[in-house]
Amino acid sequence: MKVLIVGCGRVGSALALRMTDDGNDVTVIDEDPEALARLPEDWPGRFLQGHGLDTDVLIDAGIESADAAIIATDGDNTNIVIAQVAQKRFNVPCVVTRVLDPARAKFYKTLGLQTICATSAVIDTAFQAICDNPGRAA
Amino acid sequence: MYILIAGGGKVGANLASTLLKMGHEVTLLENDRERYARLEERFEHVVRYGDATELFVLERAGVERADLVVAVTGDDEDNVIVCQVAKEKYGVAKCIARVNDPRNQPHFDMVGVGLTVSATATILALIEHELPEHQLVKLLDLHRENLEIVEFAIEAGSPAAGRSVRDLNLPSKSRLISVTRDGRAEIAIGDTELRPGDLVMAILEPGAEDELKRVLMAVPA
Repeated sequence: MKVLIVGCGRVGSALALRMTDDGNDVTVIDEDPEALARLPEDWPGRFLQGHGLDTDVLIDAGIESADAAIIATDGDNTNIVIAQVAQKRFNVPCVVTRVLDPARAKFYKTLGLQTICATSAVIDTAFQAICDNPGRAA
Repeated sequence: MYILIAGGGKVGANLASTLLKMGHEVTLLENDRERYARLEERFEHVVRYGDATELFVLERAGVERADLVVAVTGDDEDNVIVCQVAKEKYGVAKCIARVNDPRNQPHFDMVGVGLTVSATATILALIEHELPEHQLVKLLDLHRENLEIVEFAIEAGSPAAGRSVRDLNLPSKSRLISVTRDGRAEIAIGDTELRPGDLVMAILEPGAEDELKRVLMAVPA
């Protein structure tokens, strides 16, 4: 599978590594050339320096033939716009978007984006960890 | 009218004060603490602190009853999101967005934010208009209609010089609008003959420029 990852931070780099380990053809885009340091030196994927909103960079990264795109920069709004470009303009079959704000994640889900909200996951997990603890005070 | 403005920079602040003078109800949203403090001295309750891309900030500012939302922050992604959320989630009828980097224009169009304004693109178009070596000058982009209006001069070596509009093999996705000769403009009809020195206006679908150039412009030596 041909996978495009925008944003090579903690999420993007870890996913990139897992995706190549799984035998996929992976290209990563990040504005910061230093972001490549998050990946092992012998990492077999391709790294491109550039902004994910720059259509030329996206095309260079092979978005036109990508099977999946993961958008995980540190900006919610940037991610949402790039995800829509990938989905609507380049018709990438599977687009997954990281959105930290639960409200925007929920709303853009209704507009057809596959959003993943780490914040909501933390809230749910923390709530369950405390409230489902059998030893807690009544 | 109730107008919500996202971004309290020079554009946003000047818009707010002008609209207030015109008698409109205005809320100005600013996300930078220091800038907000300065704006608050000038605008008092009209300005609110907050990130206009946060839904609760928009809701507290009364986005649902806004007649118009204007997104003029310095960040294109933020401007896209403000307008998209205002339109799609809160049903705001009209949105206007500022495009900081003209390369982002297609993203605004794709999302359908409504009207967009780009200072850079406007100035570039003016520069092109003033520079004679640019033969084909874009005068107006009709994004929604997917049409553009261009202007160009008929030069002595042009294959169109001395021919009437009817005899030109114009691309099907274009029409000539008018011909200006000696400062006087006339609507271009089939009989209109083109002469060197004429300024011609045309309407076309984006992408037909090259074909139009071939028909109307002299081939560079």
